[in-house]
Amino acid sequence: MMFQRISSYFYQRPRLVLGLFLGPPLAYLLIVYLAPLFNLLVYSFYSIEQFTGLVVREFTLSTFGQVFNIANREIIIRTTIMAMSVTIADALIAFPLAYYIAKFASPRLKTWLIIAVTTPLWSSYLVRVYAWKLILAKEGILAWFINLFHLDGVLNWLLSFESIGGSSLALSPIGMFIVFAYIWLPYMIIPIQTALERVPASLLEASSDLGATPIKTFRTVILPLAFPGVVAGSIFTFSLTLGDFIVPLTLGNSKFFIGQAVYSYQGTGGNLPLAAAMTMGPVVIMVIYLLIARRLGAFNAL
Amino acid sequence: MTNQTKSAITFDKVSKHFGNVKAVDQADLEIYDGEFFSLLGPSGSGKTTCLRMIAGFEKPTKGKIYLYGEDVSNLPPYERNVNTVFQDYALFPHMNVGDNIAYGLMVKGVSKPKRMKRVDEMLELVQLKGYADRKPAQLSGGQRQRVALARALINHPKVLLLDEPLGALDLKLRQQMQVELKTIQQRVGITFIFVTHDQEEALSMSDRIALFREGSIEQVGSPAEIYEHPATSFVAGFVGTSNLVSGELANRIIGRSMTFSIRPEKIQLGDLNAEISSDSYSTEGVVRDVVYLGLYTRYLVELADGGDLVVVEQNLKTTSMDALKIKGKQIRLHWKKEHIREVGR
Repeated sequence: MMFQRISSYFYQRPRLVLGLFLGPPLAYLLIVYLAPLFNLLVYSFYSIEQFTGLVVREFTLSTFGQVFNIANREIIIRTTIMAMSVTIADALIAFPLAYYIAKFASPRLKTWLIIAVTTPLWSSYLVRVYAWKLILAKEGILAWFINLFHLDGVLNWLLSFESIGGSSLALSPIGMFIVFAYIWLPYMIIPIQTALERVPASLLEASSDLGATPIKTFRTVILPLAFPGVVAGSIFTFSLTLGDFIVPLTLGNSKFFIGQAVYSYQGTGGNLPLAAAMTMGPVVIMVIYLLIARRLGAFNAL
Repeated sequence: MTNQTKSAITFDKVSKHFGNVKAVDQADLEIYDGEFFSLLGPSGSGKTTCLRMIAGFEKPTKGKIYLYGEDVSNLPPYERNVNTVFQDYALFPHMNVGDNIAYGLMVKGVSKPKRMKRVDEMLELVQLKGYADRKPAQLSGGQRQRVALARALINHPKVLLLDEPLGALDLKLRQQMQVELKTIQQRVGITFIFVTHDQEEALSMSDRIALFREGSIEQVGSPAEIYEHPATSFVAGFVGTSNLVSGELANRIIGRSMTFSIRPEKIQLGDLNAEISSDSYSTEGVVRDVVYLGLYTRYLVELADGGDLVVVEQNLKTTSMDALKIKGKQIRLHWKKEHIREVGR
């Protein structure tokens, strides 16, 4: 009886129900997410007193100027190139797998494959990064495997490049690339699989019926319809790589990545304004990325 | 239009098994050039599987399919000159109407200006001029249907396959599209193979009908043949409503113990002591149920000899009040001897 009265009370006030549903998450988003982001933006316009190390709360563009000095500019470019490479690699690896899961696997197998894709997320990310450090080490299993096929010459040749190499895989951008691509892969597979799941089989039949070979069908029907999924996945892989500092810290060499730089500026450096300004880098890059994605029609099918 | 000597599609003992299920079993079928041919049957009777085998989406487990004499049993869909109108239309959601219709030409590598010209012709054929820039999502069900038809016809297929294309439309639109489809078929002169579970639709549109039951073809014939001379009790029951009389009851009415069918509209209601001419059969019963349906009234009559018959009478003079008054009355039913059909099984 009482529940009925409560129910009818809310039934007659749909706006109140809407408010109660949306209020808490919106408040959370505003306080915990947007407010600090705004705070960060404000801080990036402050500067630091060279001698005392104290933050000067006065509007200045000098901090942003520092972001664009040569060292920091290289960090941003390096990180962006890494994020792009990881995203492309993940998209290439994820697509066939997602396509198989969505269109060919039996319902039973599909469940198992999705579980298999997501299980790595059950264990700590830190543990997995350290596991990879062992795998990639000079005396590690990967090096052993490469030696087995007598490909160590190729590996050493790759590592000899200054921009991507290092003393071993475990201390090089190539190693970081491998680990990034591995760690973010589930975030690419699942959105693509979901997008492909929503493409009715009859569309593929219609394309084939109208004379398109499988390759043509892939290009003109499957890919455009799965594209929003690829973009959704790439938003994850791209932004997660941009901001990550653990992988560069664990596997990197002396060449910094954005996350690492931010970490050291606000930690050991104590330069909060510069750290804030550096953080704005990925934000701006992501906005540009999303604008390009929209231009390419990624959100048309949403 | 129909060219009875040239065969468009030939099924030679075609079977399709899905695991243990025999979706189509040893089907033989001959569809002629230029025909409007319907595959009719309840769901799960194998008609759609047959259509999908003609399109190439399924390969026959056994047997061969010929398209104008050429064995196409193992050709992929994109190498067959056959196009399909899908039940859910299957329009490409990321392309506008023009690009959807032009798809077949685009795939073939026809130049853009030529494509546009053909699209305009097709849009005119299906009465959708000026819709080329719309997205499928902005169209109504009937309009999508027309786009699907235009898209399937643009390649000038030898045979057009239609998989229950009118199923999703409301009654008025469906009747309008039935007429339109028929008109378009006569204009383009292409063989149409039409899958439906709606017997009325099949009767009104087809040159010939194949009636499917549990993976086999029960009867092939013109609408009139199927309706007037059903080969089996299943056909008699599925196409239109039919009264099936057999055994002892048949013996009492016509003096022979065989199974026959009699259409409800052929039976006449009369007084108990009505004069019955010698060219008619008659029996008596009580009117148990009266359903007034506007154009006609349906009566359920329980026979004195057991069993019951459905009778349909047009409301030429009858009002609903008149019709309902008969309920519970003793009456005599009679019909011309020539209207009964002996049926198998």
